[in-house]
Amino acid sequence: MAVNRNFRTCPSTGLVYHEPAEKLIRWNAVAGVVSLLVGGVLALLVTLTRWPAVKLLPPDWFYLALTAHGLDMLVFWIIFFEIAVLYFAASTLLKCRLATPKVAWAAFWLMIVGAVMNNIAVFKGDSSVMFTSYVPMGAHPLFYLGLILFAVGALVAVFVFFGTLVIGKAEKTYNGSIPLVTFGAVTAAIIATFTIAAGAIILIPTFLWSVGLVSHIDSLMYRTVWWGFGHSSQQINVAAHVSVWYAIAAIVFGAKPMSEKVSRTAFVLYILFLQLASAHHLLADPGLTSNWKIFNTSYAMYLAVLASMVHGLTVPGAIEVAQREKGFNKGFFEWLRKAPWGNPCFSGMFISLLGFGFLGGISGVMMGTEQLNLIIHNTIYVPGHFHATVVVGTTLAFMALTYFLIPTLFRRELMFPGMAKWQPYVYGIGMSAFSLFMMGAGTLGVPRRHWDMAFSGAILPHEFPGTAYLMMGLTAVSGIAAVIGGGMYLAITVGSVFFGKKIQTPGFEHVPVKKGMAPAPAPVAVAPAGHGSIGLGGFVAPGTFVLAMVFLTSFVLYYFVNWKYLSTVWPLK
Amino acid sequence: MSQVPASPGPDDDVSDEPIPMMQQLIDNPFLLLFLGVAMPTVLYIVWGVMEIVGIPIAK
Repeated sequence: MAVNRNFRTCPSTGLVYHEPAEKLIRWNAVAGVVSLLVGGVLALLVTLTRWPAVKLLPPDWFYLALTAHGLDMLVFWIIFFEIAVLYFAASTLLKCRLATPKVAWAAFWLMIVGAVMNNIAVFKGDSSVMFTSYVPMGAHPLFYLGLILFAVGALVAVFVFFGTLVIGKAEKTYNGSIPLVTFGAVTAAIIATFTIAAGAIILIPTFLWSVGLVSHIDSLMYRTVWWGFGHSSQQINVAAHVSVWYAIAAIVFGAKPMSEKVSRTAFVLYILFLQLASAHHLLADPGLTSNWKIFNTSYAMYLAVLASMVHGLTVPGAIEVAQREKGFNKGFFEWLRKAPWGNPCFSGMFISLLGFGFLGGISGVMMGTEQLNLIIHNTIYVPGHFHATVVVGTTLAFMALTYFLIPTLFRRELMFPGMAKWQPYVYGIGMSAFSLFMMGAGTLGVPRRHWDMAFSGAILPHEFPGTAYLMMGLTAVSGIAAVIGGGMYLAITVGSVFFGKKIQTPGFEHVPVKKGMAPAPAPVAVAPAGHGSIGLGGFVAPGTFVLAMVFLTSFVLYYFVNWKYLSTVWPLK
Repeated sequence: MSQVPASPGPDDDVSDEPIPMMQQLIDNPFLLLFLGVAMPTVLYIVWGVMEIVGIPIAK
C-alpha cells in the first residue's frame, strides 16, 4: 500500500504538515466547532430558563436542552478538538507522517455517527437523562449506542496518535525526547484510554439493559464506574489545555519551559493520579468507605493538584523569563504589562490560566474534601466549578489556539480582527463571572439541574434568601455575556475558514518527501546556560513568584473559610 | 521520511553517559500508558467495585 509522504512547510511559522494529518486536524476541529455551536445555542436556552425572572423553557424542554448541552459541550466539542490537538502534537510537532490515515478517517466518521445518533436520541425527547444518565433512569438505546460508537472512534484515534509516535521514533524525525507539548498530548491520550475503557465497561451493559437483554444495573456500581468515564473525560481536557498553554507561550513569546524536567514530572503526576479525582463525585454516596473516598481524593488527588500548580507557575514563569530577556525587565510586572494583550492567542491563554487556577482549581480542591463537599454537594456550585475548569480553562485555551491555527492550518486570513481582540475578554470575563455567581448561589444551597429553584407547588417548599435569587440573576446576565463571546468566536472562525481571504504563497504546496521538502531531523537543543542578569533579588521570574504567593494565600483563605462555614451549617454540640 | 539525506541524526550524538531511569520512563509512552491505565483501574475501579460488592444485601 502506497504511503502518502506529501508534506508542506508553512512559510510564516515553519510548521510542517503531513497532507492526510492536515485534513484530519481540520475536519476534527470543524466537527468540534459545530458541536460548540449547537451546545452554545442550548447554553443560552438553559441560562434563560434558570434565570428565575425569565424561566424561558417549560420543564420537559429544559431537561432536554440541559442533556444535549452537557453532551455537546463536555463530550463532542471537547473530544473532537482534542483529537485535532493530538494529531497536531504528533504529526506536525514531530514532523512525522500520520500513522494509518484511513483508520483515522474511519475513527472520525465513527465519532460523527455516534455524536449525531446521540443528539437524535436526545432531541427526540425520550432521553432527557442529563449528561450523567444515572440508572435506573433510562434513555433510548440510540443514546447509549451513540456514545459507545463515539467512544470507540475516539479510542481508535488515540491509537493512531500512539502509532504516529512509533513512526516518528522509527523514522527518526526527532532526536532525544519528544517535545514537551507532545508529551502533554501523550498524557491526554493516556488519560483518554482509561476514560474510554471505563465508559465501555459501564455503557455497554447499560445499552444492553436499555434493549432488554440485561435485567438490572446496580445504581451505585453505575455511578462509580461511570464517573471513571465522566470525570476522567474532563481530565483529558486538563492535560490538553495545559499543553496548549505551553504551545502558546512558545508560539507568542518563544518561551522555553523554566525546567523541562519539572514540567514533565508534573505531567507524569497527571498520568498517575489525575483520574482518581473521579471519586469526588461520590463523596456523599453511602456504600463506599471513607478509606476509598479519602485516598482517591484527599491524598492522590493532591498530587495531581500539585502538578497543576507546577504548570500554573512554570507557564507564566517561562513567559516572564522570555519577556525579561527581550528587555521588559523593570520591576515585578513590566513583562506582564507589556505583554501583547491585543493578541487573542495570548489573552485567551492567560485568562484561561488565571480562571482555571483561581476559580476552577481552588474550588475543585475544596469540593474534593470529603467533609466540605457536604456543603455544596448537588448544588449549582458544582457546575460553577466545572464551568471554570472546562469552559474558562479548556474551551478558552482551545479558542486561543484557533487564532493561531486559522492562518497556518486553514491558510486563511482572520476575519474581524478587531472583534477577535475583544473576544477572549468578553468570553473569559463573562464565563468567569458566570462560574463565580453559580458558586455563590450554590453556597447558599441552590440546587443544580432544577427547573424551578422556588419549588413552586411542592408539598415541602423551601425559601431561599433574596441573595440566592440575585446570584441566579447575575449568573444569567454573565452567562448571556459569555454566549455573546462564544458567538463572536463562532463568527470569527466560521467566517475566516469559509470566507476569509486565502493566503496564497508557493510555500503552501504539498511536496513529496523525496523532492526535499521533508523535514530534516532537528538537532539536539543546546541546554540553556543561564538567564544572565534578568529578574530581581536573585529570582529570574519574581513577578510569577508574587502571583504564586497571591494564589496560595487565596487558596488557604478560601479553604479555611469553608471549614468555618461548615461549622455553622452543621453545628456539633 | 527515512530517505532524508545527510542530516545530523541521533546516531551522531551518541553519548557515553547512561540515560537516567526516570528519563527512560518518561521517554517510553507505552510504559506510561500501562501505568496510567493500571493505577486508576486498581485504586479507583477495582477497589471501588470490591467495596460495592461487599455491601450486604438487604433481606
